[in-house]
Amino acid sequence: MDQDPQFQKSRRGFLGGLGATAAGLSLAQTGSARSATKPDPVITEIQDWNRYLGDGVAANPYGKPSKFEKNVVRRDVEWLTASRESSVNFTPLHALDGIITPNGLCFERHHGGSPEIDPSKHRLMINGLVDKPLVFSMDDLKRFPGRVNKVFFLECAANGGMEWKGAQLNGCQFTHGMVHNVMYTGIPLKVLLDEAGVKTNGKWVMPEGADSSAMTRSIPIEKAMQDCLVVWGMNGEALRQEQGYPLRIVVPGWEGNMWVKWLRRIEVGDQPWHHREETSKYTDLLADGRSRRFTWIMDAKSVVTNPSPQAPLTQKGPNVLSGLAWSGRGTIRRVDVTIDGGKNWQTARIDGPVLPMSLTRFYVDINWDGREMLIQSRAMDETGYVQPTKDELRKVRGLNSIYHNNGIQTWLVRSNGETENVEIS
Amino acid sequence: MSKFRKVAGLALFAALIAAPALAGKVGLGREALPEEIAAWDIDVRPDGAGLPPGKGSVKDGEQLYLQQCATCHGEFGEGAGRWPVLVGGQGTLKSEGPEKTIGSFWPYASTTFDYIKRAMPYGNARSLSDDDVYAITAFLLNQNGIVKDDFVLSKENFSKVKLPNEQAFYHDDREKAERHFWQKDPCMKNCKADAKVTGRARMVDVTPEDGKSIKVE
Repeated sequence: MDQDPQFQKSRRGFLGGLGATAAGLSLAQTGSARSATKPDPVITEIQDWNRYLGDGVAANPYGKPSKFEKNVVRRDVEWLTASRESSVNFTPLHALDGIITPNGLCFERHHGGSPEIDPSKHRLMINGLVDKPLVFSMDDLKRFPGRVNKVFFLECAANGGMEWKGAQLNGCQFTHGMVHNVMYTGIPLKVLLDEAGVKTNGKWVMPEGADSSAMTRSIPIEKAMQDCLVVWGMNGEALRQEQGYPLRIVVPGWEGNMWVKWLRRIEVGDQPWHHREETSKYTDLLADGRSRRFTWIMDAKSVVTNPSPQAPLTQKGPNVLSGLAWSGRGTIRRVDVTIDGGKNWQTARIDGPVLPMSLTRFYVDINWDGREMLIQSRAMDETGYVQPTKDELRKVRGLNSIYHNNGIQTWLVRSNGETENVEIS
Repeated sequence: MSKFRKVAGLALFAALIAAPALAGKVGLGREALPEEIAAWDIDVRPDGAGLPPGKGSVKDGEQLYLQQCATCHGEFGEGAGRWPVLVGGQGTLKSEGPEKTIGSFWPYASTTFDYIKRAMPYGNARSLSDDDVYAITAFLLNQNGIVKDDFVLSKENFSKVKLPNEQAFYHDDREKAERHFWQKDPCMKNCKADAKVTGRARMVDVTPEDGKSIKVE
């Protein structure tokens, strides 16, 4: 039987590079197609969708996913938080591909619920250490010159926070799903700050939300001027309510909590404000009882999304191992994958755009013979930062830091394809 | 179109695109009025900047706290259910179960005032008077052993209140303390002798039913 040339190539590519482990894997299966004994009725019988008219054009004025995709949804973990208005849900990473997160699947994190704001009643104020405090309407903002479109990941600093003490949640949706990747439309924050005129002693800015938590964070002026955006669009349409409609701030590469949603005010000051979300929360408690603050940058990280506990392997033979990598310090330079728990590694194939501070998609085409695998991925960014193991991270940070867990994830794929979140020696 | 009209058209377009550059300002938006700034600019800093005039006693704060806060945070700040614990926890930060309260963890008292004023009570934000916020802050400081029972917190004495854990915070030092995570050539072959499973999420069993890992037949 002829082998699919792509398949042969992938076998040589991945399995050939893994030494002893690979030899066993690549021998087990050939690429031969299975034979059928009975004709397939979905081919031999005329199906309803082939005979009768489908929906007319007005059936879905705003299109929705097929009903067969009903399991591809955000999920939350009820025991994590006291109320759903100050809570989080998770992006179903295991069911997505490419680098862009669909708007309706971007994870949510609110501190006082997601408010419904009439854009005609929304204002953005810039005040504090500026020459002229200003108020803008949404219409004003959309008339500004210098509009930009940029793709960035947004990761909650607490993504993976439940896993510091050991493997807890069975699914990359829960272990890694507080991340999404969106193309934003808006204007550089610098444009607005220049319009107001920042005084020479203006060293910090504080974005503030219009929601019932009136979220605030302190951002150094250098970052505000360098690449922060004020945006009203995501993936080509208006921001979703749960992502800050009608306006949010984008703080590329830095922890998601700083990306204040429902943005109504930016104050310029000469010192940081040390508000709740940068003192009692979003500071990293270390083993010696001291705490790091202003840990804004998201370190390089990656995860294999397929296979994973919610997306197990169901067939031997050719399978596509896939995952995501990202870094708050710039572009992803390389992703390595192991199937033997880190004894041997193989560099994955990156596909799609490789953008700074954006999710980056990687693949390894494997040929699986049904053996148990311990799968991990390891990201490396353009600064040479290499994603550490969880134990290496714990050695520096202890077990209590909650935030910034970027350690290497391990999935155990059992011989029947079931996949589990595990920790290994 | 005649050559002349084409040139005229281009000149007009050039004038249009140049317009925003005039004087370096775009000219959009309008000046914020003092009343508008006062309505929104309520933030408070550790040095006391932003504090409104006013005062409140520990005694008044206790009554307000019991009415407005205790349902979620507990009568003694111990936290009901998973709501934040506000009191106690001193000496727990190095333990397996650190309790990060105002007294044990928070670096600045101003954070308490600022957050109560902007976002509390949960679901009824901005409903407390400034004196109420001073009083509730005073009560929480008292419960944490920071101020005495007869203390009256005010704009004037606020910045004298220091929290015990302030010095335990330091700026992000990952690029120094974690310098070893920057590596030129991470190991690719025979990197370790063995890899054994040491922990399994399944044993903890806290994944929500709907999202649990899929069994393979």
